[in-house]
Amino acid sequence: MHEPLLTIRDLKKSFGRTEVLKSIDLDVGRGEVVAVIGPSGSGKTTLLRCINFLETYDGGSVRIDGAEVGYTEGRKRRGERALARMRAETGMVFQSFNLFPHLTAAQNVMLGLTKVRRKTKAEAREIAGHWLGRVGLGHKAEALPSELSGGQQQRVGIARAVAMEPKILLLDEITSALDPELVGEVLEVVRGLAAEGMTMLMVTHEIAFARDASSRIVFMADGTIAAEGPPVELIASAEANPRLFSFLARFRASHF
Amino acid sequence: MLDAMIYALPFLMEGLWITVLVSLLTVSISLVAGLVLGCALIYGPLPLRLFTRLFSDTIRGIPILVLIFFVYYGFPAIGVDFDSFWAAVTALTLFKTAQVIEYVRGAVESIPRGQSEAGMAIGLTFSERLTSVIFPQALRRFLPPWINGVTDAVKGSALVSLLGVTDLMHAINQVIGRTYEAMPLYVLGAFIYFVINFSLSTLSRRLERRLSHVQA
Repeated sequence: MHEPLLTIRDLKKSFGRTEVLKSIDLDVGRGEVVAVIGPSGSGKTTLLRCINFLETYDGGSVRIDGAEVGYTEGRKRRGERALARMRAETGMVFQSFNLFPHLTAAQNVMLGLTKVRRKTKAEAREIAGHWLGRVGLGHKAEALPSELSGGQQQRVGIARAVAMEPKILLLDEITSALDPELVGEVLEVVRGLAAEGMTMLMVTHEIAFARDASSRIVFMADGTIAAEGPPVELIASAEANPRLFSFLARFRASHF
Repeated sequence: MLDAMIYALPFLMEGLWITVLVSLLTVSISLVAGLVLGCALIYGPLPLRLFTRLFSDTIRGIPILVLIFFVYYGFPAIGVDFDSFWAAVTALTLFKTAQVIEYVRGAVESIPRGQSEAGMAIGLTFSERLTSVIFPQALRRFLPPWINGVTDAVKGSALVSLLGVTDLMHAINQVIGRTYEAMPLYVLGAFIYFVINFSLSTLSRRLERRLSHVQA
């Protein structure tokens, strides 16, 4: 058995007096797709943001491939350059897309490739073309984000993240800002990546999608992991877990 | 009236050159200083941020005329001696720098935090995020008020005549002192200032249009 790709131990994080994460332990193995669900304010997004150190944390450790992301072994914050290198190993797709509005779709994907991966312009353009094609936007390479629909923007966001060949892809409620009819095209792309063995950790409100696409679901509540397990088992066990049961009940009516 | 204007023109051209020189120096030095201090105000360590905030607030709280006299009469007292030309340029530059600091701050802070985070997420370092992500977007918000400020600098440069620097304004007054024909000269002077500033604001509108496709 290999060591898991992502190892989170006793992760703690507070905003002021509010404890957002209370001792989180979580492993994600290579090629695993883990969905994080839970009510808003349960710490899902904060957990995700700690993994690529967009958020500092107060205690515990986050390791990717055995290396602590944000801190050196003596819990000193890593320097800017080292931190940037570590972050390049994790891809992140944001709820609000966060595409660079002054760059075309292709340039959005190319920026990290040229600046961080030190590819030549031509190489970067080829890789960008490949990934934009993969997300079904080969014909939109020269479009500015403002000329794309929300679903298209988010697919560029995914292409921008995966083109860096990250070890793990973090998806932060990537369909929450989309019109319902655009959700499907984005989830389809994620499904494709999962099938190819991309390791993913995704915070999502799409319970049906989490059930179908993930190998494991983590249910968070009040800054702790309240339940976890393979989708079918977890959902079946909900009867025994009042918080999970009431959370899922809200979705049952519409999705199940 | 036309005769008076034609008579005055050669004198005014010399003054105009000084006006342009004062404006150019003010605008270019304040641009560099303002960009550096503006970044210091946003990203610098706390003492530097406090210093820059204090500098900007103080300078912007003083009438520019007071600032000019302060530099000309006050600075020699602390051992910094200027001739009137450099005293005027220094005062105008200090004033303009404080404005540029605020333009920079406003432009950079208008860029949503998510832009910086997206840059971090693909592994860009701080300076790479600034040059590739933040500044290109901030430029569009910085330029219109800044170019507007350039026209202010041209107009404001007329104040240097009060220190006896022979700029366009001073040249106008000198000619009037000889000919006692005030009206044609002021009309001509106003026209010259107007031509300069109208060209600048036309240029600014053009630039704005060209940059507008980078809508955030």
